[in-house]
Amino acid sequence: MSNPGPLPDPLVDTDPTVTVNGTVRHFGQSPAHTTALEWLRVNGLTGAKEGCAEGECGVCAILMAQTDRAGGARWGALTSCLVPMAALDGQELVTAEGLGTPSKLHPVQAAMAAAGGSQCGYCTPGFVCSMAAEFYRSDRQPVSGATAPGEPVGAHPETGPNGFDLHALSGNLCRCTGYRPIRDAAFSLPMADDDAISRRRLTSAPEFRSTFLERDDGIFIRATTLPQAVTLLAENPGAVLVAGSTDWGVEVTIRARRAPLVIAIESIPELNVIHRGDTEIEIGAAVPLSQIEAVLGDRVPLLAQLIPQFASRLIRNRATLGGNLGTGSPIGDSPPVLLALEAQIVLVSAMGERVLPVAEYFTGYRATLKRADELIKSVRIPLPGSNANAFHKITKRRFDDISSVAVAFSLQIDEGVITTARIGLGGVAPTPLRARATEAVLTGQLWNRETVRHAAATLESEGTPMDDHRASSRYRTLMLSGALLKLYAQNSASPEVSS
Amino acid sequence: MSSLSHRLRDPIVGQPVPHESARLHVTGQALYTDDIAARTPDALTAWPVQSPHAHARIRSIDSAAALALPGVVRVLTAVDVPGVNDCGGKGDEPLFPAEAMFHGHAVAWVLAENQDTARAGAAAVTVDYEVLPSLISVRDAIAAGSFQGTPKTVSRGDARAALATAHRVLAGVTEFSGQEHFYLETQAALATVDEGGQLFVQSSTQHPSETQEILAHVLNRPHHEVTVQSLRMGGGFGGKEMQSHGFAAIAALGTLLTGRPVRVRLNRTLDMTMTGKRHGFHTTWEVGFSEDGTLLALKAQLTSDGGWCLDLSEAVLARALCHVDNAYFIPNVEVQGRVARSNKTSQTAFRGFGGPQGMLLIEDILGRSAPLLGLTPEQLRRKNFYREGQNTPYGMPVRQADRIATVWNQVFERSDFAARRKEIDAFNTVNTDQKRGLVITPVKFGISFNLVAFNQAGALVHVYKDGSVLINHGGTEMGQGLHTKMLQVAATALGVPLSSVRLAPTRTDKVPNTSATAASSGSDLNGGAVKNACEQIVERLSVVAGGMLGASSHDVRISQGTVTALGVKNKSFPFSEVVMAAYMQRVQLWAAGFYRTEGLHWNAETMQGEPFKYFACGAAVAEVEVDGFTGAYSQRRVDIVHDAGESLSPIVDIGQIEGGYVQGAGWLTLEDLRWDEGTGPTRGRLLTQSASTYKLPSFSEMPEIFNVHLLEHAEEEGAVYGSKAVGEPPFMLAFSVREALRAAVAAFGPAGRSVTLASPATPEAVFWAVQESREAATEAAAQTPDPFSTEAATAIPRPAIVEP
Repeated sequence: MSNPGPLPDPLVDTDPTVTVNGTVRHFGQSPAHTTALEWLRVNGLTGAKEGCAEGECGVCAILMAQTDRAGGARWGALTSCLVPMAALDGQELVTAEGLGTPSKLHPVQAAMAAAGGSQCGYCTPGFVCSMAAEFYRSDRQPVSGATAPGEPVGAHPETGPNGFDLHALSGNLCRCTGYRPIRDAAFSLPMADDDAISRRRLTSAPEFRSTFLERDDGIFIRATTLPQAVTLLAENPGAVLVAGSTDWGVEVTIRARRAPLVIAIESIPELNVIHRGDTEIEIGAAVPLSQIEAVLGDRVPLLAQLIPQFASRLIRNRATLGGNLGTGSPIGDSPPVLLALEAQIVLVSAMGERVLPVAEYFTGYRATLKRADELIKSVRIPLPGSNANAFHKITKRRFDDISSVAVAFSLQIDEGVITTARIGLGGVAPTPLRARATEAVLTGQLWNRETVRHAAATLESEGTPMDDHRASSRYRTLMLSGALLKLYAQNSASPEVSS
Repeated sequence: MSSLSHRLRDPIVGQPVPHESARLHVTGQALYTDDIAARTPDALTAWPVQSPHAHARIRSIDSAAALALPGVVRVLTAVDVPGVNDCGGKGDEPLFPAEAMFHGHAVAWVLAENQDTARAGAAAVTVDYEVLPSLISVRDAIAAGSFQGTPKTVSRGDARAALATAHRVLAGVTEFSGQEHFYLETQAALATVDEGGQLFVQSSTQHPSETQEILAHVLNRPHHEVTVQSLRMGGGFGGKEMQSHGFAAIAALGTLLTGRPVRVRLNRTLDMTMTGKRHGFHTTWEVGFSEDGTLLALKAQLTSDGGWCLDLSEAVLARALCHVDNAYFIPNVEVQGRVARSNKTSQTAFRGFGGPQGMLLIEDILGRSAPLLGLTPEQLRRKNFYREGQNTPYGMPVRQADRIATVWNQVFERSDFAARRKEIDAFNTVNTDQKRGLVITPVKFGISFNLVAFNQAGALVHVYKDGSVLINHGGTEMGQGLHTKMLQVAATALGVPLSSVRLAPTRTDKVPNTSATAASSGSDLNGGAVKNACEQIVERLSVVAGGMLGASSHDVRISQGTVTALGVKNKSFPFSEVVMAAYMQRVQLWAAGFYRTEGLHWNAETMQGEPFKYFACGAAVAEVEVDGFTGAYSQRRVDIVHDAGESLSPIVDIGQIEGGYVQGAGWLTLEDLRWDEGTGPTRGRLLTQSASTYKLPSFSEMPEIFNVHLLEHAEEEGAVYGSKAVGEPPFMLAFSVREALRAAVAAFGPAGRSVTLASPATPEAVFWAVQESREAATEAAAQTPDPFSTEAATAIPRPAIVEP
């Protein structure tokens, strides 16, 4: 790690700017922790509003030009309440005000207005932005057999005849309508026209600039190279690292935390690649989950099951595996899956790299082996995977909820015998954990009801779940065994679940 | 047909028009209170100092450290109040309390240059508390004898005697949770003072007149020195009927003391920890049936959890007591109600206002009783419907009683109930891990404020010389489409196109002494007033037009902006021309309208009278599928037929029905308020105080198939243009989903078994109920229990959390 790369010298403000609805605006003298939402509202763009300040309601959704797989740009919707404005230096945003005006509505806005998709209207600008992102999704194609507006649901209840994926709206809450008119509006949208916002997709998204901002409340730095980041981190081991800022953003808004130094690492090239090798897949720690989903498809079946259940698309457009692991939470959605996949974490510091199995990474409640001078560079998933995979996330609400229990199974079943078994658990202990005892009970046994019953009883004894507002301890325990029984019930006929 | 309900030719009412602000909503241009605050230079931000104890006496408040922070301008405490230190309607709700009565109670407020500083300032205020014993759960409050307000009883006949002789008697306890409003726009206010010392407050409130009155007494000023405007709300649902006043009072007090605009906007955490919610209830009951399942008697004790102060709890309780009958005739009734006092937020109005709580009780009783009576739930419900000529337990005739059966029959047919019942039975026979339930439930909901005086409204209608119209009325817009309907009423009454009418924001200096926009009454009351004002103008214009057309004023007709007369061929005038002629003749072109609901009387002591103008009816069929492994479920299909009278605005009404249903389903199945009932230092803290812990319905809770129909030929003679109120009644259609879950759970167990289901029926609660069903199925193989033993129904619903 030699040349840390360019940071301003002397350290003076880089005068961040952001393009909003086609106009370049300067960050100005706002505090370093100012969220994009606060900044927009102070600057007169009050279409985006605060509903929950933790990325759960989507009232603050806006559009951002993000890097597309094909080298162009895609319009990704995100929750502006969680993203520091400084992290958007050089970026391009579109808000509800920028999509259309009352006298010249955007097609999405026209559809929402005509369908009765707004009642109180407070959530509407956010819905419009989430809907516009899906409207402009480049691979959205009309599908046959899907639901027509107002008609009973067909084979694809969550996809419209226009290819609109309803999951695009899973992070937006409406308290008034009951959602039906919003679904009808979404499913009635035409394909995107050749308008300016549409054309913007043809050229690449803006690069992230090296940013330096110092205010009374702290310093914000964007590191654009890995040497720069690890050098900064070595010098400032207490610094907060952010990529999508979907976790740190909640600390800032809900708990009013402020950090002396925040380092944005999302644009570091090494953290932004996905390598698909023959023996493993390596996913950069700062790749947004939406991107992982788009690139890998169902290449890793457990990931393909996990990602649609991970928060909402508004969050997945920003959230990363690195962030989910970095927080060390026992109820993160990815650790159970990564445990079952026997994934490894690549940590990097100014001293160099080291590789840890995910199973060894977690040491206690929100405690990990990651040193204060290290950052997560990537996650490695060995190939080939097993042939029976399932991710069970137990929640109160089906979309966009935090799990009370999560169970990931990765079993290899050959000719009716379980040859390997890996099970990752979340929500049943201070850390995510491997269900080693259950794995042992399963391994080498026939995949039949007796084995499963026996193993399910063992699975109940793994972990030490607690009572809280999400679930009782007893329920969590029974959900463990229930997950295995359900897996068997769904797959007893054909053990070749997926490969 | 009354003149109130009569529709003119080509009415604008009844047309499916989108929300009047839809174009502003979708483009982000619609302004809410804090959007205006963001455009107000120099505004200070207020932030509360919240009690960390559920109950504590305040020994002292030291603001020095907060005031030392750069940017902190002032700390407001009780000594700053020039008038009465109270922001409620009952005198028990100090704006600055001497005792913190719940965890999160605001004991002081900090004013600062921006939110970050105000928040830091609030954290720097030192409060010396003497911690006092607290009551958190309603059971604790009952055990301690902690009640507030006056207990009430609705009675008819002799319930005791009827129970003693009834063929079958069942008894039980039914307990259910409250609900957070979770309007997307949190409580907000912005206060300014003008050059004459006149106070102007923008408030996100359903009740601007009461805000004005409370500000006036807090500030010791006459009402005419305070003006309150409610431009629009980002949702209200009852949560901004009373709860908004205190925040407006803080803004007003702050602006008077500092001379600068002051904004209050709660963030979600503050809103959830400080403001009142739907009342949870604890109820005990005994019910008696005849041999064939006819209801004979109900004896019940309803205890609502009022929280720390009275607020609207007595009125909510009264409506609960008046709705325990729902759609069913119960000859002998003795239903007692009381309000518990606990150290929680002060529970308040929420869509349905006690009606849902009262109705949950009878629907729970019927759902639990049906299998024990050997009847299907639909047989038991249908059998007990009101018939023409029968009275409610509080002495009101049930007019249009046949509508209950009509909506029921229609939705039964439309949903293909009978055929699907067979399909579901077949599904349940072959599937052991997933079961489905299909249930139909009715709603009968009384419309009008129980307090008779509130049933009045005013409006102001201006016709300008060019024929354009500006209307103003006393109702507030919270998304329910009231303004859309009022525009349609005005256009209809004046006979002009909708585009000719504009609506000005609701303000206390335009229409005074208004009632809350609540009790579903907004359109009935304000619509009556707008119509009255328009008709005064039409009457005057008709005289002018009669002269122009050579006809009697009685024969003048105004429709779609054109003025004609009966019998006068080939001659007409544009509305604007007649208006200008009227002006030249010095005819008054504006009018103040007034409306009072006729025929209401109510004795709040005896709980007898006719408190409602009419009943709104509806029925819903819900089908659910329950996963036995997890208790998770999905709503596969919901069909609704609802009686909105002759709809004033079908898009708006269907939106109210769908939205009400989903919100009701949220209350009954998903939304889970949890308070810390432990004895640790955070006792009394609301545990589910954010969107990440309190889950309201999202897209995943929308029924996969969702068919809503308005009852046709449904004119209501007693309301404006034959319409009916629609804000609250559909909320209670959601009992169908709770009962369908009960049916699906029952399918895991032996036939004829009564299923108890906790409320909310979260996946975990459903899971435990499924477990009990399965255990009963296992036992049933060996034993044959007496299905009519009292014990069968006395089990207390299992709490969703298993107590350690």
